[in-house]
Amino acid sequence: MTTTSSDSAATAVSVRGLRRVFPVRGRPDVVALDGIDLDVAPGEFVSLIGPSGCGKSTLMRLVADLDDPTTGTIAVFGKTPRRARLDHDFGVAFQQSALLPWRTVSRNIALPLELAKVDSGEVKRRIGELLDMVGLSQFGDHYPDQLSGGMQQRVAIARSLAERPKLLLMDEPFGALDEMTRERMQTELARIAGESGAAVILVTHSIPEAAFLSDRVVVMSPRPGRIVDVVDVGLGDQKERTEDLREASGFFEAVKRIREALHGVEGAAPKAAEQR
Amino acid sequence: MIARALRLALPPLLLGILSLGLWEIAVKALHIKPFVLPAPSTIWAQFVKHFDNIVKGAVGTGRNALIGVLVGAALAILLAIFASLVRVVADMSAPIVAAASVVPIVALAPVLYTMFGADKQTGRWLVAAVSVYVPVYLNTLKGLRRAQPIHRDLFRANAASGWQVTRHLTLPGALPYVATGIKIGTALAVINALIAEYFGGPVGGLGKSITSSAASSNYPLAWAYVLGAVLLGMFAYLIGAAIERLASPRGAG
Ligand SMILES: Nc1ncnc2c1ncn2[C@@H]1O[C@H](COP(=O)(O)OP(=O)(O)OP(=O)(O)O)[C@@H](O)[C@H]1O
Ligand SMILES: [Mg+2]
Repeated sequence: MTTTSSDSAATAVSVRGLRRVFPVRGRPDVVALDGIDLDVAPGEFVSLIGPSGCGKSTLMRLVADLDDPTTGTIAVFGKTPRRARLDHDFGVAFQQSALLPWRTVSRNIALPLELAKVDSGEVKRRIGELLDMVGLSQFGDHYPDQLSGGMQQRVAIARSLAERPKLLLMDEPFGALDEMTRERMQTELARIAGESGAAVILVTHSIPEAAFLSDRVVVMSPRPGRIVDVVDVGLGDQKERTEDLREASGFFEAVKRIREALHGVEGAAPKAAEQR
Repeated sequence: MIARALRLALPPLLLGILSLGLWEIAVKALHIKPFVLPAPSTIWAQFVKHFDNIVKGAVGTGRNALIGVLVGAALAILLAIFASLVRVVADMSAPIVAAASVVPIVALAPVLYTMFGADKQTGRWLVAAVSVYVPVYLNTLKGLRRAQPIHRDLFRANAASGWQVTRHLTLPGALPYVATGIKIGTALAVINALIAEYFGGPVGGLGKSITSSAASSNYPLAWAYVLGAVLLGMFAYLIGAAIERLASPRGAG
């Protein structure tokens, strides 16, 4: 619980002894997270993977200050999550694109900038850049319901990047997409993350996705939600993560190691339950 | 487009013409007295003859309804926003306003005439305003609560202030509901502004003309004014429907 501030200032996210318990009326409390320690370096890409209900979204929400820990501490760039949120230090993207249906693509992307009261000339310039970045330059004036699911998700990602955050929090952003679109989006995200130099925490259910994108993969187990393994993928710089990587032997090796770590979780889960 | 509109409009139009024809024939063949039911042709003749007065009456009643809609809707929207920001107010007021919706507001008209003076339109404005207020307030409140948790999370993660959430999320999201409230309220305002005239107040509206024609046993003329009232009601409905159309999600915000 006691980390020196110089430690945490050098990290993008620093989590110590984190525990989150949800009281459930008439039933035993749900221990969504227990004993979580995690450091994410600036510019590092970390994926969270694990069975449904192991607390991935809960961890994400705690880092984003959308929820409060029961015990433990979180530092985001050496600040409290609340301070970091008020300072617009991170961008968020969810499984659903969460676009506002009454706003055009451009104005959806502009939302974080408008909320931060960025002046309109700068907003306009930035919208142009972001539309280019996600390949939607032709669609600025469209409404979300005129776009495919993949395009909507790209808008959501552009929106999360609007303020050039040094930290991106993404909860299954590609969960609703088909396999082809998904792979294309992963390649784009690798490029964008490489270009922006932002640290990324990505929640995913897909082993290949985690292997392709991550520097490190955090494997979690449910009830209580714990970190059971951290797989160093280390397939090199984000900029080198192109389609070719999916055919490389290092990629298959990483997939195998993550799968083994995950299968360990399923084997270990009943044991963990007995210990309680 | 036109073919589809025709196909939609033709059956009710034919039915309307058919019933008018049957009505005409029935009145003529059965020698029904005009004070029981005048023939459509007689009513139409009166409608054409007194067209100027009917339009004047419709404008008078319509103006009262419009003032009621503007005042009632504006108050309802402002107070609903306030109520949604201060949770207790919303929880306390919603059941009271809902209960008020079953009170026949128009029954208050005679009382209002004595309060504000029988030569003033104030009582009628108030009746119209209250009848708009109820559906607009309740619908706006419902719409303001409609914001999805994931959108709230998005705004919170982007450090939006309470007012920014209202301005950029809850209000635009509530707009279609507000419009539905206004549509319902507009129809009610016209009906109530018209009926309020039955209970007294200054001359000049359609309702007043209906009662005075009937009182002087000029039934075909009374029916002609009723026809005017039907047309005014349809006009109000069309305006309400147009507002609702404009406020559909894509046009909002
Ligand atoms: N607000 C809440 N109230 C009560 N219990 C909750 C709440 N939020 C989460 N939980 C519980 O905490 C546990 C972890 O939930 P969480 O959503 O973090 O899982 P997850 O790993 O994201 O799962 P998935 O992969 O299905 O998205 C679950 O058992 C869930 O039921
Ligand atoms: Mg989740």
